Amino acid sequence: MKTGDKDNGLVRELSEEKYRFGFTTDVHTDIIDRGLDENTVRLISARKGEPEWLLEFRLKAFRHWIQMPMPQWAHLDIPPIDYQNISYYADPTVKKEGPKSTDEIDPQVMKTFDKLGIPLEERLALSGGVAVDAVMDSVSVKTTFKQTLAEKGIIFCSIGEAVKNHPELVREYLGSVVNYRDNFFAALNSAVFSDGSFVYIPKGVRCPMELSTYFRINAQGTGQFERTLIVADDDSYVSYLEGCTAPMRDENQLHAAIVEIVVLDRAQVKYSTVQNWYPGDENGRGGVYNFVTKRGLLRGVDSRLSWTQVETGSAITWKYPSCVLQGDGSQGEFYSVALTNNWQQADTGTKMIHLGKNTRSTVISKGISAGHSQNSYRGLVKVGRNATGARNYSQCDSLLLGSSCGAHTFPYMDVNNETAVVEHEATTSKISEDQLFYCNQRGIPMEQAIGLIVNGYAKDVLNRLPMEFAVEAQRLLSVSLENTVG
Amino acid sequence: MSETSYSEIFNANRSLIDAGSSPVMSSLRDRAYGCHSKYGLPGTKVEEYLHTDLSQWLSADWGMNLGRVALPVNPSEAFRCSVPNLSTQMHFMAGDSYISKEGHTGLPDGVLAGSLLELSRSHADIVSRYLGTLADMEKPGIAALDTMFMQDGFMVYVPRNVQIEKPVQLVSLMPDAVQMLACRRILVVVEQGASLRLLLCDHSSAKKPCMSMQVAECFVADNASLEVYDLEETSATNTRVTECYVSQQRDSRVMIQNLSLHNGKTRNSVHSCFKGPGASIEVNGIAILDGGQHVDNFTFVDHEATDCQSRELFKYVLDGKSTGSFAGKVLVRPDAQRTSSQQTNRNICLTPEARMWTQPQLEIYADDVKCSHGATVGQLDEKALFYMQQRGIPMKEARMLLMLAFLGEVIDRIPLDPLRSRLLGLVELRLRHGQSRCEGCGVCK
Repeated sequence: MKTGDKDNGLVRELSEEKYRFGFTTDVHTDIIDRGLDENTVRLISARKGEPEWLLEFRLKAFRHWIQMPMPQWAHLDIPPIDYQNISYYADPTVKKEGPKSTDEIDPQVMKTFDKLGIPLEERLALSGGVAVDAVMDSVSVKTTFKQTLAEKGIIFCSIGEAVKNHPELVREYLGSVVNYRDNFFAALNSAVFSDGSFVYIPKGVRCPMELSTYFRINAQGTGQFERTLIVADDDSYVSYLEGCTAPMRDENQLHAAIVEIVVLDRAQVKYSTVQNWYPGDENGRGGVYNFVTKRGLLRGVDSRLSWTQVETGSAITWKYPSCVLQGDGSQGEFYSVALTNNWQQADTGTKMIHLGKNTRSTVISKGISAGHSQNSYRGLVKVGRNATGARNYSQCDSLLLGSSCGAHTFPYMDVNNETAVVEHEATTSKISEDQLFYCNQRGIPMEQAIGLIVNGYAKDVLNRLPMEFAVEAQRLLSVSLENTVG
Repeated sequence: MSETSYSEIFNANRSLIDAGSSPVMSSLRDRAYGCHSKYGLPGTKVEEYLHTDLSQWLSADWGMNLGRVALPVNPSEAFRCSVPNLSTQMHFMAGDSYISKEGHTGLPDGVLAGSLLELSRSHADIVSRYLGTLADMEKPGIAALDTMFMQDGFMVYVPRNVQIEKPVQLVSLMPDAVQMLACRRILVVVEQGASLRLLLCDHSSAKKPCMSMQVAECFVADNASLEVYDLEETSATNTRVTECYVSQQRDSRVMIQNLSLHNGKTRNSVHSCFKGPGASIEVNGIAILDGGQHVDNFTFVDHEATDCQSRELFKYVLDGKSTGSFAGKVLVRPDAQRTSSQQTNRNICLTPEARMWTQPQLEIYADDVKCSHGATVGQLDEKALFYMQQRGIPMKEARMLLMLAFLGEVIDRIPLDPLRSRLLGLVELRLRHGQSRCEGCGVCK
């Protein structure tokens, strides 16, 4: 295993591994000029035909954003970003000529999603399948199974559509979990956000199928700033999936999203992400900057929210899906596998903020670093003064593959209630040579053995994913990991 | 006082400070002044000081004994530190002035122990080789400030292959009558193959508020061994900030114990660095807090060399409205292979008002490592309490026993028998809400 030649061969093979989703689609896209000022915000709002209150919301956020400095605290080396050199709105659904029809989708766009394995035609979906909201650049191109879901009273559409059709719901909840003042990227997103999904599950309804949004960046020189809002009313249940890819480009593209989840009494939300933005090439050129604010507010008693994420893509990840456990007896969970390779950097983790009584949270984080990458876990567990009986368990493990990468753990614990029990454990090590030797002895080649061990290592998290995603995630892990250890 | 006012005091009294110290010490002041002006005093915006506002602590109008006036201290305080069955080499400091030593016998030839001021005059070559070379002034902290104002302190030098059997003890007392800031400096050099045990006892029952700053630099050469027990038993009006820097060469062994039994506001930090392979360090600490007390422990272990081991264990018991903070960082540099590192912080909160922050951190750039950390915040085990009550042990006693067992894990790591049992006794006394004074002074009897 220490032989240099083999090492080099394996590393070379790995670096030649192509990013499967790196193609571009040649589709006419209406892109607004680069740059960001109040007029850009007004233009985006006008393009989307938004009401006055939403424009006000955006402008307030923008005026706050221009006063904010870019945060520097993360364990990341972020090259300076020229926010004036990004186009903040790109619409691939606008036809060059002829009358516009919203029902009709450009066949090129259709093909793109087919190629990505996302069926936009309902008849093609598996029985009992998955309802999809497909978002390309700044616009939602199609949402499937809307009718089927509407029969149950479930609203599943793009946020732009929700603003038009359900303004009262959007107005009530938008920004109620992530305030535009929350952080730099939240302010930026609140000013320029474009389509993401809106989900509303009415009281007592169990969503009959998985809901999913697929995000695709296609246009050059743009960023994606989607916004997703999920509201689960009393006693409801929904499982929501999110996937994302982008073309291979030498430039760095910015993705700054906000996901807000409101969970009411006894409702349950499961949010799963397989993040596979373009990670850049083996020399660290290109790749998506993924600066995302995701947070759930567990407002109701006995409400539950579970975040599961598999992070394999992006050049730089800055992401902390969090739970604010406000309702008594609410439960938050965070399961994460973050894999970095080549020159990728990730600073990811969660915040569990215990406010209600008898709240519980679990954090399981598995970091895997290879190549020259840096992978950090950063988490906060905060127990408020009145959070009697709060319970937290956190476990963060890191696996190092190769001697040039880094694995870091930065947990913060702030306990302000004497009945709380908070536990944190972390370990960092490399793959045990004994385990590899054992596998080799039994005729399992090195790459397969590593794949096996890593999959076993990440199993606690992968098991939490819905079936559709688990398969994809396992494949992604093995693709990224094969041949990494020397 | 702010950064600028300390700078002003420094500029106005430079000649007075130099007159009361030695050329070796004074030669470091210009750089210290530059660093202090550049980096200043840390407030809570600095990551390492999130829960301790040092700039605010230092902003009070402290007096400084720049003219080296002999300050009266209460000598009976010193006897609190005698450890039965353990004979030590005792030295005393009042504020930041070294006052006397209790006889100079029993130390092997070549060993230097005593006033840093005197030794920096008589052994300028040794002192100048070490003093100020380890304390990191290029960051917000007290190292620069202490270097600007240091005039005296304590020093131990152990030459090659000399084993000092008898622990060396330094008792620091604060003067009763004046509200003052003491700038202490400690220099410890343990040469190749030598060994030293050092007891630092910080005692003060002064009614007036006082503050002590202590910067220690410890150089541990190849295959040498150093144990430092830093015991704080002061009063609620006392503020204490320490920075201890350790540099370890090949195969050296270091143990540092920070024991905060009674205090007002305390910030202790340990910065250690492995310069040679095969070395090991153990950093432990306990803090017993009640009322409005505050203890903040910060540790930074820098694994620069291969095959080194670090082990940390910190335990806190928080009562009343006390606040505790622990932050530990372990850095494993590229190529520091076969590093083994373990860090544990466990805390018990006894009241709703007590608050604990903990922040164990790992930063790892080498792959062949075994590193782990763990932190917990919780209460006493109810099942264990119930079990003991069932067997006729009263609730209060049962709680005591559990707390003692909880903190005992740290004290059990002390290899010196008499010291261990003495500390266990002190902890028990403290947990029973005593002011933890020993038989010697008659206060607790």
